Amino acid sequence: MTQSPFTPGVASGRLAAPEYDANFSDLHPALDAHEALVAADRCYFCHDAPCITACPTDIDIPLFIRQIATGTPDAAAKTILTQNIMGGMCARVCPTETLCEEACVREIAEGKPVLIGQLQRYATDHLQEKGGHPFTRAPSTGKSIAVVGAGPSGLACAHRLAMLGHDVVVMDARAKPGGLNEYGIAAYKTPEGFAQAEVDWLLGIGGITLQHGKALGTDVTLDRLRADYDAVFLGMGLGGVNGLSVEGGDKAGVLDAVDFISDLRQAGDLADLPVGRDVVVIGGGMTAVDAAVQAKLLGALNVTLAYRRGRDRMNASVFEQDLAASKGVRIMTHVVPKAIHGNGAVREIEFEYVNQDMTGTGQTVCVAADQVLRAIGQTLESDGLPDLESGKIAVSDAGRTSVSGVWAGGDCASGGDDLTVTAVAEGRDAAMDIHDVLMGAAG
Amino acid sequence: MADLTSDFVGIKSPNPFWLASAPPTDKEYNVRRAFEAGWGGVVWKTLGSEGPPVVNVNGPRYGAIYGADRRLLGLNNIELITDRDLYTNLEEIKRVKADYPDRAMIVSIMVPCEEEAWKAILPLVEDTGADGIELNFGCPHGMSERGMGAAVGQVPEYIEMVTRWCKQYYSKPVIVKLTPNITDIRKPAAAAKAGGADAVSLINTINSITSVNLDTLSPEPSIDGKGSHGGYCGPAVKPIAMSMVSEIARGADTAGIPISGIGGITTWRDAAEYITLGCGNVQVCTAAMTYGFKIVQEMISGLSEWMDEKGHTSIEDFRGAAVPNVTDWQYLNLNYVAKAQINQDLCISCGRCFAACEDTSHQAISMSPERVFEVIDEECVACNLCVNVCPVEDCITMEAMAPGTVDPRTEKVVEPEYANWTTHPNNPSATAAE
Repeated sequence: MTQSPFTPGVASGRLAAPEYDANFSDLHPALDAHEALVAADRCYFCHDAPCITACPTDIDIPLFIRQIATGTPDAAAKTILTQNIMGGMCARVCPTETLCEEACVREIAEGKPVLIGQLQRYATDHLQEKGGHPFTRAPSTGKSIAVVGAGPSGLACAHRLAMLGHDVVVMDARAKPGGLNEYGIAAYKTPEGFAQAEVDWLLGIGGITLQHGKALGTDVTLDRLRADYDAVFLGMGLGGVNGLSVEGGDKAGVLDAVDFISDLRQAGDLADLPVGRDVVVIGGGMTAVDAAVQAKLLGALNVTLAYRRGRDRMNASVFEQDLAASKGVRIMTHVVPKAIHGNGAVREIEFEYVNQDMTGTGQTVCVAADQVLRAIGQTLESDGLPDLESGKIAVSDAGRTSVSGVWAGGDCASGGDDLTVTAVAEGRDAAMDIHDVLMGAAG
Repeated sequence: MADLTSDFVGIKSPNPFWLASAPPTDKEYNVRRAFEAGWGGVVWKTLGSEGPPVVNVNGPRYGAIYGADRRLLGLNNIELITDRDLYTNLEEIKRVKADYPDRAMIVSIMVPCEEEAWKAILPLVEDTGADGIELNFGCPHGMSERGMGAAVGQVPEYIEMVTRWCKQYYSKPVIVKLTPNITDIRKPAAAAKAGGADAVSLINTINSITSVNLDTLSPEPSIDGKGSHGGYCGPAVKPIAMSMVSEIARGADTAGIPISGIGGITTWRDAAEYITLGCGNVQVCTAAMTYGFKIVQEMISGLSEWMDEKGHTSIEDFRGAAVPNVTDWQYLNLNYVAKAQINQDLCISCGRCFAACEDTSHQAISMSPERVFEVIDEECVACNLCVNVCPVEDCITMEAMAPGTVDPRTEKVVEPEYANWTTHPNNPSATAAE
């Protein structure tokens, strides 16, 4: 090893091979059968359980936990997957601490919720490791539907439509399916190729054709899709990234956090991945935390997460903030970038401290940086879309857009948080509405 | 600190906690460990007649029922009486008793229902210096097929006969251990009394099949694909045993006979409950088999602390104190009216009380959209199910209504006087109140 965390500038191979393996192993190791039984025993089987209400996909959590407790994890998995076909991924990436586990009555009683997320993973892993697909398709309806985007919402929509007997074509701009599951989530949340394995398993339903390298607006138009298919679902996510309009924002070493994460997820060998000695991530959401933590895990010596407001306003959950802190990420708050300095490549970033109301204080601070990662939000890109609302496609509860025959869900659509689980719910619900419309049950 | 010493039919022990006749008391090694751990006495595992000892199965002897977190609630066994040589046992008993003179040493015996058999073994037991004997009339499996154990315990005449032989050929206290596999426990207890028994002990184990293996379709514990009913014990049997104890404690023909309480005693609290129902001491097995001998430390400290708190200086102070409160249903006060009350500060909003009441009881709990659960006094019959299913201690309680107030369910004034079914107008055989 010629490089180390102390090597100045942007360099690869800062760690020894075993360190990469350890750093990027499972954040929450899978429960074994004994651990699952112990955890399942804690569920009170609440009436009209608050955890179900808190779940964007309304998984019957007490029922699936009881099924685990009684020795039928595959039945538990079917309970989960009936509501959420990406229950395996959601078990890994959901911020359960702000969803089901926050609502768990044992969180109220003892400050220790039932391990719902890990139990969900136990059940779904158990079923998926057996191979095969638990659902069957209804007789063919003869209808065909185009789904744009092979991310969580698109795949959830496609699966439900296929199950209902429709033929589905899923188009995606990138080389692999999965969307943010494949390109945008921290590696330690979904190691060992789980994202692709889950997609392969999901496609086991049949009736879904994947087309890669097909982006809406460039390779295919919405009008064309509307003409060729009985219905269209848009779930292409947010392709654009908010820029950093400060002096020096174009210097080498300034990049988008989503690209950094995507490169990391697609890297064959993490040791080949360059990372700065001093990394500054700008933003306060999940992407910012994922980027900051992974920069640290790649061997960056100093990683600073800089956010313009207080920690209580960060979109990243307290759990994620604590995770970052535990990995050695320094969290700076109430700072906005003023300028990025450096001769060609970034050397330091200058911030101004700001008040709660975002007015400047006039005080500045400089932080050494040879890599600056922008994680200040993503935007919807593409022309010729249905009507927008706050920069996203305006949709009804069932995902209907302003254009007849076109539905939308996931991050590109208005409504709901930008979470995998929300995207799955929106894709599923849109599929049900598409089915009702196409089969004449709804107007 | 309260005095825990026990004098049970003249048998003294430093505390009322004895180990029941069972695997934990099968040999010297175990019994010495038990005494070192602090047990007040042991009932040595049942001895059989001289000659080739019985044999046990060579496969599983135990089956279990679990609660949450694999907490053992019930245990069943198909083990027989001691499978070691009679004289080996006798020598060990003599040696251990000599080394622990302050501890109670009782010898459990089961020999054929013939006078000669008893006449032969009793002098040998007498010679060990043990403090008394316990007649195993309860073992429900294996031995009962050979006319012993429960086969004797289910025939009061045999109990009386054998007890009489024992009193004739043995000079020290004779305790008769009763089987619960019988309709009316008072009959064998009365027979023991009639035969001259110094005490009864109960319960022995209950006929049971703990589970069926759904792959092999064999009952558990399974021996080469077949199973046999075993004897059930552990926390699950405590309510059954305490009811039987109370029946004897208050039975016309049985009241007053000393009782050694057995059945699911796991904590000091269980022991105290048995004693309030009239038991002079208690015997423990499953709890020791589950957690080891050390549990007696908690039993001693817990009972002692509770006695201090209640002002009891000796076991006799509270022995039988609950017996007068055990009555027949017909004498329960029908003018007593209670209502469930939910402590909103303690409530964790699980809704189990609501599900139980709404689905299976009286629709007497309301649920708001904010998950606030409240008792509807107009519907509440005070059945206690909500209390029983609530996972939080003391969150739901039953509160008695004060006399003079109106029960919103019946719209009747709560009467201060005691009134029971025997005088109730709905009772066709009611007798006029005097």
